[in-house]
Amino acid sequence: MIITESKPFEEVVESLRGSKRVLVLGCGRCATSCETGGEKQVDDMCERLRAEGFEAEAGMVEAQCDERLSKLALRGKSFDAVLAMSCGSGTQAIEALTGKAVVPSNNTLFLGVIKPGRRYEERCTLCGECLLAETGGICPVTRCSKGLLNGPCGGSADGKCEVGDGRDCAWAMINEKLRLLGKEEDIGKVHKARRNMARSRPRKVERE
Amino acid sequence: MSLKDALLSGKFAITGEVAPKRGSDLTHLMESASHLAPHVDAINVTDNQRASVRISSLVVSKALLDAGHEPVYQLTCRDRNRIALQSDLMGAWALGIGNVLVVSGDHPGKGDNPSAKPVYDLDSVQLLGAISGLNSGRDIAGNELHGATGFFAGAAANPAAQDLDAEVARVRMKISQGARFFQTQAVYDAEVFGSFMDRVGDLDAYFLAGIVPLKSARMANFMNDNIPGIDVPKKMIAELEASDDQERTGMEQAARIIKKLASHCDGVHLMTLGAEKNVGRILELAGLKDERL
Repeated sequence: MIITESKPFEEVVESLRGSKRVLVLGCGRCATSCETGGEKQVDDMCERLRAEGFEAEAGMVEAQCDERLSKLALRGKSFDAVLAMSCGSGTQAIEALTGKAVVPSNNTLFLGVIKPGRRYEERCTLCGECLLAETGGICPVTRCSKGLLNGPCGGSADGKCEVGDGRDCAWAMINEKLRLLGKEEDIGKVHKARRNMARSRPRKVERE
Repeated sequence: MSLKDALLSGKFAITGEVAPKRGSDLTHLMESASHLAPHVDAINVTDNQRASVRISSLVVSKALLDAGHEPVYQLTCRDRNRIALQSDLMGAWALGIGNVLVVSGDHPGKGDNPSAKPVYDLDSVQLLGAISGLNSGRDIAGNELHGATGFFAGAAANPAAQDLDAEVARVRMKISQGARFFQTQAVYDAEVFGSFMDRVGDLDAYFLAGIVPLKSARMANFMNDNIPGIDVPKKMIAELEASDDQERTGMEQAARIIKKLASHCDGVHLMTLGAEKNVGRILELAGLKDERL
């Protein structure tokens, strides 16, 4: 899940300045789950924009990041600007489909999980070299503050990270899990330096 | 005699440490080094310690060398990618710096420029491997060097780690990647250190026990609360509190612990945090004082 948060409404209004007719476009996937771009948030946004003097029209795409679906949603619509209530990827999918201004209503935070109680936690860095099979299913690249592949560092104490704010030490969790799995011999296995070239941006994949 | 030769010859090695300041003036630092020099085999230079902006540890290491001292050039993984790390290392060797100590480095969020980008392109284990590569004439990508290095490489260890199995595993990893000596986190409990060394067994590396003399009970409490891996026993704090000269009592405590540790390790690493002038006295109390350099 791509975790997003809503920008302050004032910032959204400022970014739409100069446009009159605004298509407020929600996304049925991650932004709906995050309550930052579902039908309810789209309706609320339209109402608030109208109060600011905009002509706001609501729209919904099942997945904004899928250009085929977004293209269908934009068909026949007339607008000066699109307010994309999605992630940065969804916003840019819309950008590629229209010559009009496209602005985001959200800040895109991370790839993570939704925990009970509306808590969102980062889990994956999209590094392209998945290590989870070797680290007990816990990602050190993402969950260690330093992204160390051979941890823990000297800042780990009581299972917590030196950075503070209560965050857990990923390597303390990994070593505990490896023991639970009976993989003690993997504790102390040297992981080689990463191939950052594999993450040279922007990345592309083409499939036949 | 170099630190390496001292350890190889079986001599009980003593190292000290200076902490570069934020700014270009080296006067104070050179003064600290001159207090240490008569008593130690080498002087560590910390690298932007506590994730705060400091004058370069490479430059300070060279300044110590020029003043006739032997530096241990500390290098963290926090601020440089593998190109910069290897470049600085080749430069250090070309300048005559032979000892390097590698650590991960405190997270920038803890320092004086908390918005700095954390690099950690390599971790300390991988950087030790890179140094071994440079020593054998290749960079980490396998490219040939015009002139290899010959570093005596060290790393850090924490004898008081809660997960001692994992810590010992990490010590083994560091040795497998080229660490020849270790400087440990501050030790206040000889038994804890002894059981760590028992677990380490006869691994092929030298161990220098970390000593941070306490200046006051307040400092002891601060360290217990703020520094991971530090556990100053309550008894020591009570002794400081009862003293009418806490700094002197702290020096006596440091000397006592050095005496107790001596049979378990290959030397000690004194981190005096500004009180470098006390090192001669501490070593004298520990029965270790001799004129070294």
